Amino acid sequence: MFHGPLQTAVREKRKVKVKPYTFLGIPYYILLSSLIIIPLLLIIVYAVTIQEQGLYYKFTLIYFRQFFNEAEFVRVMADSIVLALMTTLICLFIGYPLAYFITKRKPITQAILVLLITAPMWVNMLIRTVAWKQIFDMINPRLLGTDFAIIVGMVYVFLPFMVLPIYTVLSKIDPLLYEASADLGGSNLKTFRKVTLPLSISGVLSGITMVLLPAATTMVIPRYLGQNRVLIGTLIERKFYDSGNWGYGAAIAIILSLIIMVMVYFTKKLDRNKEVELDEKA
Amino acid sequence: MKKLIELRNVTKAFGENVVLKGIDLEIYENEFVTLLGPSGCGKTTTLRIIGGFVDPSSGEVLLNEKNILDIPAHKRPTNTVFQRYALFPHLDVFENVAFGLRMHSNKANIKIQIEKLKEDYQIRMDHALDSNTKKKLKLELNKEIELIKDPNVHLKLKIDKLKNKIKALDKTNPEFVSQKQKLQDQIKAIKVDFETPKVREKRLTDKVMKYLAMVNLQGYERRSVHKLSGGQQQRVAIARALINEPKVLLLDEPLAALDLKLRQEMQYELKEIQRNAGITFIYVTHDQEEALTMSDKIVVMNEGEIQQVGKPEDIYNEPINTFVAKFIGESNIIEGIMIDDYLVEFDGVKYPCVDYGFKRNEIVDIVLRPEDLDIVPEGTTPISGVVDSVAFKGVHYEIDVKTNTRIYTVHTTDYQPEGKKVSVSFEKEDLHVMEKW
Repeated sequence: MFHGPLQTAVREKRKVKVKPYTFLGIPYYILLSSLIIIPLLLIIVYAVTIQEQGLYYKFTLIYFRQFFNEAEFVRVMADSIVLALMTTLICLFIGYPLAYFITKRKPITQAILVLLITAPMWVNMLIRTVAWKQIFDMINPRLLGTDFAIIVGMVYVFLPFMVLPIYTVLSKIDPLLYEASADLGGSNLKTFRKVTLPLSISGVLSGITMVLLPAATTMVIPRYLGQNRVLIGTLIERKFYDSGNWGYGAAIAIILSLIIMVMVYFTKKLDRNKEVELDEKA
Repeated sequence: MKKLIELRNVTKAFGENVVLKGIDLEIYENEFVTLLGPSGCGKTTTLRIIGGFVDPSSGEVLLNEKNILDIPAHKRPTNTVFQRYALFPHLDVFENVAFGLRMHSNKANIKIQIEKLKEDYQIRMDHALDSNTKKKLKLELNKEIELIKDPNVHLKLKIDKLKNKIKALDKTNPEFVSQKQKLQDQIKAIKVDFETPKVREKRLTDKVMKYLAMVNLQGYERRSVHKLSGGQQQRVAIARALINEPKVLLLDEPLAALDLKLRQEMQYELKEIQRNAGITFIYVTHDQEEALTMSDKIVVMNEGEIQQVGKPEDIYNEPINTFVAKFIGESNIIEGIMIDDYLVEFDGVKYPCVDYGFKRNEIVDIVLRPEDLDIVPEGTTPISGVVDSVAFKGVHYEIDVKTNTRIYTVHTTDYQPEGKKVSVSFEKEDLHVMEKW
């Protein structure tokens, strides 16, 4: 994804010993290690150890076994993932056309539309979710607690994360490429399939990732729009705080991450295959 | 030559800004036409209107006598080489060139072919006298359509016949196995000739390779377009535009980004391609030298209007007004009076000339090209002055001679020292008289 300047910078860094901008990375490395790598290692450690007789810790996979033996938990996990997937799909089908539409406007209109899309993010997510709860209360209180209410809430909250990355890549496509495609005989549909889509696929992928991950783990939305329905985020939270079973919570978190990682990996792979196929046949 | 494209009173305004003020232009088959002018003169807009990327505010664009303004860009028989090449960054060299072929996919082609066939047969059926012939034609048409839909129809029939033969074989016959083997081999041999996606892909590959060879890019098929030099990208753009075999190739300052040496090479190559392919080129440039080198016909434009249309020699030697004279090469432009046919006066001296048809005593502009002027010993002609400056230009010296009334720029191979008193001379054919503009 990052061609050119970054690569040359790395190469130059090897030749010359220290460049001033090397130091610019220090804050990032501090954050990276203290807030990402160390916590991640801690989660893994918690998930695979069990305390025995005071300070003595032992390696174990008991939490993982426990999770898969509890049918209820597995179902909650599956529910969460299905809801997250549907949210992601709906966000994609609303977000892509929307992003495409925005790029076709005048620059000033584009700026306003992007501003409007991001504007709700200035308001606290909790407040927005509660607002949705009240809207549902007003329209039809029976809807609260259904998949529908949860998905509506999640689509509303996460849509900007789908629109923005797609908009960014779409707006970077040289309009001349559309003309070139039309010039060579490409109808609008074909131009979209062979030029627009392959050139914006990276934005689609980051959009999917950015919606899928938080949607799979959100706690706020199921709490207010799901009538305290337990989804995986809440389950992990309860293990940590209510029952104080950190090891079990950590194990569930790891299982969830692994599933999502696998899904993201396959989406990427799927898309690349499709692109290659399009190039070879069509 | 046959007329291919005609522009009739084409205008274009972007809001208040009028870019084209009524363009009338005829372009013939196999012509190399250059639209030449300074930036903002409307030359690129004219090209984009022909290509279908811009709709004119008014006027008509005819191709083979048919108005094409309602035809969208992707259905026009034109292809474009864009100024910044506009290569597809997600595709390699091969796929960039193959793009146009892939866009005209098999399915769409079949549809077009069938429609055309139906039209043809409809005409024949309308002319048919009795119902029997009509029926026959209808049958024929259906057969042909089937053949287009599935080019393997005949082969499949043959195979079916062979299969039936296998079924009919006498199993008790001692030669059964060898007979069966023989027939199966025949089926295999027929299947080789099947039209399959693989065969089509092979044909496409061959064609792409042919065009890559034409622009000297063999061996670069799988190269990413980012990793090409400007000249190579430009060749990809040309191959990509030519592969659809357009009737008209539109080129929007395609050489502007190249350095001088490469530009000159490409000029010759483009001219070669145009001659060999027999395609009409419409070439937009602001570089007058480029226009003079390559064109069959030059269209000089300024401020949304055509100034002059003509062969390069005519445009250079007989510019129609001072704008053209100044834009095409350097020139000394002098205001004068046309005393009579073949007689013009400036700076108080009458000179014989070859121009005629002006009003008596009409105020005119006179063009004297610097290379047509010569420096002679002082006093031999009525134009005397002092050498004001001398600049070496490689092939010639550019010498400014200052007289009492004006400065003459002279291109000559003979060196003259600054400050020397000299005279300037010219032949009467070198004196070009134009209408005052």
